[in-house]
Amino acid sequence: MKTDELIAFLANGTIAVEPVGARRLVTGCGWGLAGTILLMALLLGVRPDLANAAHLPMFWAKLLMPALAGGLAFHLLRQLAIPGNRITVAPFALGLLLLIAVAGAAVALAGTPAGERVALVLGSTWKTCVLNITVLSLPLLVAGFLAIRGMAPTRPVLAGGTAGILAGATAAAVYALHCPEMTAPFLGIWYVLGVAVPTAIGAVLGKPLLQW
Amino acid sequence: MLAGEIRLRDLLVLGLDGNEVAYRQFLTELGAHLRAYFRRRMGGLPDEVEDLVQEALLAVHNQRHTYDPLQPVTAWVHAIARYKMIDLLRRRGVHEGLNVPLDDTHELASTADGDAGEARRDVRRLLDRLPPHFRLPIQHMKIDGLSVVETAQLTGMSVSAVKIGVHRGLKALAAMIREKT
Repeated sequence: MKTDELIAFLANGTIAVEPVGARRLVTGCGWGLAGTILLMALLLGVRPDLANAAHLPMFWAKLLMPALAGGLAFHLLRQLAIPGNRITVAPFALGLLLLIAVAGAAVALAGTPAGERVALVLGSTWKTCVLNITVLSLPLLVAGFLAIRGMAPTRPVLAGGTAGILAGATAAAVYALHCPEMTAPFLGIWYVLGVAVPTAIGAVLGKPLLQW
Repeated sequence: MLAGEIRLRDLLVLGLDGNEVAYRQFLTELGAHLRAYFRRRMGGLPDEVEDLVQEALLAVHNQRHTYDPLQPVTAWVHAIARYKMIDLLRRRGVHEGLNVPLDDTHELASTADGDAGEARRDVRRLLDRLPPHFRLPIQHMKIDGLSVVETAQLTGMSVSAVKIGVHRGLKALAAMIREKT
């Protein structure tokens, strides 16, 4: 087929097309977040002492830090889903948040007598934390993938991983309403791992599912 | 901002508005630029150039809803062209000996190669392998030149089903091209 023929073929009967912008991603993540909140309500529920916990700074830190990471990942994913965007600050900001979480854990551990460190790291829910965050992230992960499958990520693995960060971090923020743990070492390890699992799932699925 | 950038952008924006003449002109000029772009980078595989031009044009068409009118059209087009080229090379198992500059945002506007050629695969022949709800809307609108409404009446499909059929069908065509090569 000659290229001129292909051009005529493509241009024939062309109809007006609305630029997608962030619309598709906003809608998709909205549904995903609703799914995550619903899953949390059905499976876990909020912690019974929520009103008391809300007075503590650590409660807000463990809620707002992952929420901020989710917002940054959303911004990054919006850039990655459209060809030709220059990726600027979002990856550094995400890295900085990770650094703060890990450094917070390290500092708290350093100030703790050696014999008490293990208890501080494991808390009372370490066995379920990563799994819970991963399960809660699934509706957002699916919704994020569906949204960017209708767009054009030129770096599918990166886009898939970023969809994973978005899903995992947002799920961690939602999970913070249930989780009773309030120490920096616990959050710096298990919450970070809880985000890392959906990130890895997203990156692995990015190649087969996001190519176009 | 370079003259070529502004011209291409204006044509594309008109095309996104449904202006068929401007859109055809956009694709024609873009095709010439893409040919120069791929020719410079595909020195080792000259036979692939026209295939890539057509693959990139199809991708630009299928993804035109992702263009943000505030964004330089050159950056958008180049990212698509590079993606399609690297994808093809990966499928070919070629990793070395390539000349793929990282930053070539402004180059598109400066060179064009209008000597349109013939690709080795034929989109029309691939069309026959699509299911009818994709094939018929594409056949009537894209080859016979009927309108959406005429196509809907002829096929008994709804207007929105015709639009969706064309869009998804062209994406399925692009996927078939990827799998075949």
